[in-house]
Amino acid sequence: MTHDLSEDITGDQESKNYQNKSENTWREYFSFNTDHKVIGVQYMVMTFIFFLIGGLLAMLIRAELLTPESNLVDRPLYNGLFTMHGTIMIFLWIIPFNAGLSNYLVPLMIGARDMSFPLLNAISFWILPPAGLLLLSSFFLPNGTAQAGWWSYPPISLQVPGDQFINGEFIWIVSLVLIGISSIMGAVNFVTTIFWMRAPGMTFFRMPVFVWSVFSAQLLQLINLPALTAALILLLFDLSFGTQFFKPDANGDPIIYQHLFWFYSHPAVYIMALPAFGIFAEVLPAFSRNPLFGYRSVAIATLGIAAVSIFVWVHHMFTSATPGWMRMTFMATSMLVAIPTGIKAFAWTATIWRSKLHLETPMLFAMGGAAMFIFGGVTGVMLAATPFDIHVNNTYFVVGHFHYIVFNTITMAIFAAIYYWFPKITGRMYAEGWGKLHFWLTFIPANITFFSMHPLGLQGMLRRVSSYDPQYQGWNVIASLGSFLLGASTLPFIANMVGSWLYGPKAVNNPWHATGLEWTTSSPPPPENFQEIPVVTKPPYDYGDPKYSVVLDADNGE
Amino acid sequence: MFSVFEYVLMAFYVAVLMIISRWIGQQAFSWMPPQATTEAQRVDDLFSFLVSIGVFIFLGLIGIMVYAIVFHRASPKDYSEGHPSRGDARLEILWTATPTLLVVWIALQSFNIYQQLNILGLNQIVHLHTPLESAPAYAATVSDVPKPASETIDVFAKQWDWSFRYPNNVTSNQLHLPINRSTRLNLQAQDVIHGFYVPEFRLKQDIVPGRKINLVLTPIREGKYRLKDSQFSGTYFALMETDVYVESLDKYNQWLTQTANSEQTPANQAVAENIQPPKTLFNSGWYTVAPAQPAVANKRKLTNDT
Ligand code: HEM
Ligand SMILES: [Cu+2]
Ligand SMILES: [Cu+2]
Repeated sequence: MTHDLSEDITGDQESKNYQNKSENTWREYFSFNTDHKVIGVQYMVMTFIFFLIGGLLAMLIRAELLTPESNLVDRPLYNGLFTMHGTIMIFLWIIPFNAGLSNYLVPLMIGARDMSFPLLNAISFWILPPAGLLLLSSFFLPNGTAQAGWWSYPPISLQVPGDQFINGEFIWIVSLVLIGISSIMGAVNFVTTIFWMRAPGMTFFRMPVFVWSVFSAQLLQLINLPALTAALILLLFDLSFGTQFFKPDANGDPIIYQHLFWFYSHPAVYIMALPAFGIFAEVLPAFSRNPLFGYRSVAIATLGIAAVSIFVWVHHMFTSATPGWMRMTFMATSMLVAIPTGIKAFAWTATIWRSKLHLETPMLFAMGGAAMFIFGGVTGVMLAATPFDIHVNNTYFVVGHFHYIVFNTITMAIFAAIYYWFPKITGRMYAEGWGKLHFWLTFIPANITFFSMHPLGLQGMLRRVSSYDPQYQGWNVIASLGSFLLGASTLPFIANMVGSWLYGPKAVNNPWHATGLEWTTSSPPPPENFQEIPVVTKPPYDYGDPKYSVVLDADNGE
Repeated sequence: MFSVFEYVLMAFYVAVLMIISRWIGQQAFSWMPPQATTEAQRVDDLFSFLVSIGVFIFLGLIGIMVYAIVFHRASPKDYSEGHPSRGDARLEILWTATPTLLVVWIALQSFNIYQQLNILGLNQIVHLHTPLESAPAYAATVSDVPKPASETIDVFAKQWDWSFRYPNNVTSNQLHLPINRSTRLNLQAQDVIHGFYVPEFRLKQDIVPGRKINLVLTPIREGKYRLKDSQFSGTYFALMETDVYVESLDKYNQWLTQTANSEQTPANQAVAENIQPPKTLFNSGWYTVAPAQPAVANKRKLTNDT
């Protein structure tokens, strides 16, 4: 699979000269650097560390839920654990990981030398480590972290010890505002870059779907994130400066907070999911040797999902004193999302249908993730049906549903991306056997863990409870054991990544015989990405073109 | 594009899928807790319908993927094209139309069933008249005026305690409901947002401090259930539960008179835990709001005036 075709494919004779230029420079990953590739790697490595921390917290939560009684952590700590778990996973794992991956790939994919604003790009990244550390530091406050869940709904989030100005909730808000500022700066950069920095010939309908996804997701950041920032700032005022925006006992309205919050946090689901769909659209064609089925409709569906997702936020509030007309309106808009997502799911399936499948690790993760998305999507439509949602809202059914999305789909897609672009990023191949082991250790326990949550929710087990009725124990034990296995699955992954980065066999420019500009430059790419800015003349996903299918010298490489 | 044989195979596949999904859809009823209200029956019908369609879609797509994995593996060095078709306009139209139709169907079903529930009455905010006329007369619009009820019970939620005031001014920490009668629950919260939830009723409603929210339901199955707080409400959230009894009108009235004459100080788990925390392996000792001692019932002073 690692046949060096770069010369036959691109005629880029000089690429070899660049090959070693950016190696042995691990130091630059710890420094303020404006190269989008370095920044991309910085993001990805840092967020993975937060993923491990968030995962440890999840395992503690699941350990508490092994038994019906509250016996591992006391109740305030339990509340802190799920609050921090949710916050870290969303705001310090998936969203910034996507920013990192997009940072690495977008300029390469559109044939640009860097992002539009390299300095801004570096600043966006460097806001995150202090913000993350600040958030974690709240574990050491005398009264601990925020305990109101990652939603931080008032008035519960305003219940803090009266005599302390610096409390967990305060720190939580400040870190989130910082992270939001970083995201907005990133979004400006992505949208500008994709709009203005495309190589000659790279029309919108020649862009890979991954770029479409990043474009749509970052537009959502620009449009919707200000609502969350506003909500958080008002909340901070209520918390620390005596205002009464959300305080019901002083004529404030806590429901307004929910509207502002979900106006961002529903689209945030797609800010997380769209790049994952983009990854599927890159990996599935490459490993089935087919053009992406219905490329144009998939590209338009990407923008369509983003557009519709702005108008569905009230489906998180069906039980929040929401009047009937609003419930029905938002039920209808929520269901609309199923149309563009349905188009995507069908397109992935049609791409795989009757193809020539190569089941290497990236493909396993992509197919596994796509399949799990279909499950999560089906339960998502169920939740949009108001009468059913009224029963399962705030139960483990919802927790199961969104983990099928955030873990079984998005995190799986992220792993697919890491394996797929690992040779490009590091210039080395990962160990395939370890990769496959990692896949099975992830895929099976993830389903054990998160499937079990659905029957629990149907039976009425509420989320965010630190103890529960004994009748629920069976499925809880299964879910907890699954989650411990899931935790263990990261070990072969880390070993593989570290080992292969240091000692893996050298990778060629295009180990997967994939289309896409990023594969035409050297692995790893030189500082300015391309020797010469490429001129694009072909549609994307041009699999079937002999250039990508004929292996000239089959025994070369490895 | 396909041979006759392949069309027959596909038709067979679809037929098998329909049988399987219908069967699983029927099973779905047994995944739910017992149906204790008329509303629960409607919700379960909808759930069964959603499961049938969901299984059809899920197995349909997964089946194609598994088929490809089994029959369409490439030999390791074969990087030639998978199949020659570059997209097929007819298929694309079909695959846009399919989810659209399914979604419209699901939305109409859900709308219908929501009308039949007619459960929530926020102090009437907006009236939306829809052209869809079906179902019983009083439910022809999505109305914010709940259907008339024969009984009204006040429900008070606070951290972390439920109490109820009955028509004859009796207050108690237990919820008693007469069977087969529609009862209006007048929900009020004192401090933070709580949620009214009895899984067997399939109904859930947040109780927002400062707002009066009505919920109308009709229990149809005698028994003892648990009322849970469904909206995270702080440290002792998991303990905010109480008993719900659905019983005959006679028994209900009997209980009312009996309770009117007794004074009770019910045990509250949150209070107990606040005084005597359970032993846990890790003890953070972080801040918690102290739960108020529950008011003595039937002294006709319930603290709900916020
Ligand atoms: C690594 C495996 C994971 C496990 C075992 C796990 C487990 C859990 C558990 C048990 C809860 C508590 C549910 C509750 O009481 O409400 C939870 C909540 C949550 N998880 Fe995860 N999770 C995992 C990964 C993730 C990922 C990747 C995300 C990414 C977004 C995520 C996001 C959340 C969120 C947002 C919540 C809600 C927190 C809240 O209720 O405030 N989780 N998870
Ligand atoms: Cu949503
Ligand atoms: Cu409560």
